[in-house]
Amino acid sequence: MAAISRDDVAHLAKLARIEMTPAELDHMASELEQILGAVKRVQEVATSDIAPTSHPLSMSNVFRDDVVKPSLTNDEALSGAPAQAEDRFKVPQILGEE
Amino acid sequence: MTNIHSTAAEMASALAAKEISSVELTQQHLDRIAAVDGKIHAFLHIDSAGALEQAGAIDKKRASGEKLSPLAGVPIAVKDILAQKGIPTTAGSKILEGWRPPYDSTVVAKLKAAGVVILGKTNMDEFAMGSSTENSAYGTTQNPWDLTRTPGGSSGGSAAAVAAFEAPLAIGTDTGGSIRQPAALTGIVGVKPTYGAVSRYGVVAYSSSLDQVGPFARTVLDTALLHEAIAGHDERDSTSINAPVPQIVAAAKRLDVKGMKIGVIKELSGSGFQAGVSARIAESIELLVAAGAEIVEVSCPNFEYALAAYYLIAPSEASSNLARFDSMRYGLRVGDDGSKGAEEVMSATREAGFGKEVKRRIILGTYALSSGYYDAYYGSAQKVRTLVKQDFDNAFAKADVLISPVTPTTAFKIGEKSNDPVAMYLSDIATIPVNMAGIGGMSLPVGLADEDGLPVGLQIMAPVMQDDRFYRVGGTLEAALLSKWGKPILSNAPDLAGQK
Repeated sequence: MAAISRDDVAHLAKLARIEMTPAELDHMASELEQILGAVKRVQEVATSDIAPTSHPLSMSNVFRDDVVKPSLTNDEALSGAPAQAEDRFKVPQILGEE
Repeated sequence: MTNIHSTAAEMASALAAKEISSVELTQQHLDRIAAVDGKIHAFLHIDSAGALEQAGAIDKKRASGEKLSPLAGVPIAVKDILAQKGIPTTAGSKILEGWRPPYDSTVVAKLKAAGVVILGKTNMDEFAMGSSTENSAYGTTQNPWDLTRTPGGSSGGSAAAVAAFEAPLAIGTDTGGSIRQPAALTGIVGVKPTYGAVSRYGVVAYSSSLDQVGPFARTVLDTALLHEAIAGHDERDSTSINAPVPQIVAAAKRLDVKGMKIGVIKELSGSGFQAGVSARIAESIELLVAAGAEIVEVSCPNFEYALAAYYLIAPSEASSNLARFDSMRYGLRVGDDGSKGAEEVMSATREAGFGKEVKRRIILGTYALSSGYYDAYYGSAQKVRTLVKQDFDNAFAKADVLISPVTPTTAFKIGEKSNDPVAMYLSDIATIPVNMAGIGGMSLPVGLADEDGLPVGLQIMAPVMQDDRFYRVGGTLEAALLSKWGKPILSNAPDLAGQK
């Protein structure tokens, strides 16, 4: 297995939306390598004839009747908002400025 | 005389007989918290006013002759991962500091409906990722048996609160051992119910295919009473099992294991386990034989891969679940000065709001799920999950319940493993297979290790939705141990209020 580089971790951190300093990236790279070294053991027994299990219960989608029920009020839904305006969540700019 | 050292069942009887009021009982526990929690740090939030108000309402209902639930008026501590309306819920993370949920989780709603008095919210490893509470953003909980040691985790605050007589009951969650391991390390009873037996609605999600809510208490019967109060189908949790809850309270009272087959898991014994742990497990086996059980040895050869598979599956699911902490609708927001875009603010917030272990697991999960590595890591881990389930199926074909130690060692020192993630992960080696298969398991205190005088836990496991079986075995063994010791295990723990 190839070693985990600082650039690899930087890419993962970008995907996970976590800002990291170069020192953190280096530290995480060495830790990740250590952990992957320990967990790659799963490959020893995971042969192609074994079906994967994604969930302990074998259940399919659960549906309920589509009935209108009381839900949170606007104020309740906004009660934890870091910022709000005009009864809506106020968020930083999402699209590039024109 | 009913007091904080009574069992929850005794408290419930005294309340029903009006020998004590819920307000008095609640105040006794709040006083105890005020006296000892400075040393233990089991609680992140104490809701004295809310608890006394709830207790007063129960007393009024009782006075008017209203029919009440069995645990009405008995206090409880709740892990800070369950949403409680209007009460701070942090999951041990800075990213949720100050958040007050606008709704109750189903378990909290059930507790309130049953009149169980909620004292406050307990400390935990951030987002339940850890085995010691050292990953909490709000400081470490100390083990009531030895303040230099951890109480285990992630539900360490709940376990410590019960062991330190700050609450007779507590709620925890268990993803890889987070109820059973702290129960073992603090000398109390903890149960991880069958997956889907207790609703996860309103519980901050870590690894959704493994997470399960469960009870802590000082006796098997108390644990059963709480388990029964929180279990049952919930249409708001799509993974909730729609089937009757097994008769666990009756099973806890049965005190008889004649004819039961108890399987000892070969791979979870001997080398790798502290001598004092193995000795107490061997003694428990003798007591079970004396009570009429038949012991069989079973082999679960794939368990040795379960830990590795867990540390791929759980971080993978976590990397997806924790994407919701994006600073947009609730929780922390950092760096929003008008000049930065949403993605930049998101990344700065997650950098500031998540602790080291959480970042480590998100990055690991992101890696395991990324293209090119998915089959080798996440895919392989899912296959190991199949093999672990097969091992359990084969073992349960030969035995009614399975037993093992809960942990390889007794409580470890604070700081001992905090810089070595892989060593910390090993403390869950015996508990993780249960979560992988979705079955239930109990941790029962079975004595103190000779070398350090600290509690040892026995794990009792039963097939899916047969949780009554481990209550039957646990109740029987608990009675045998109590008659051997002549006093409860916690009477050996230091009297914290007297310590200066």
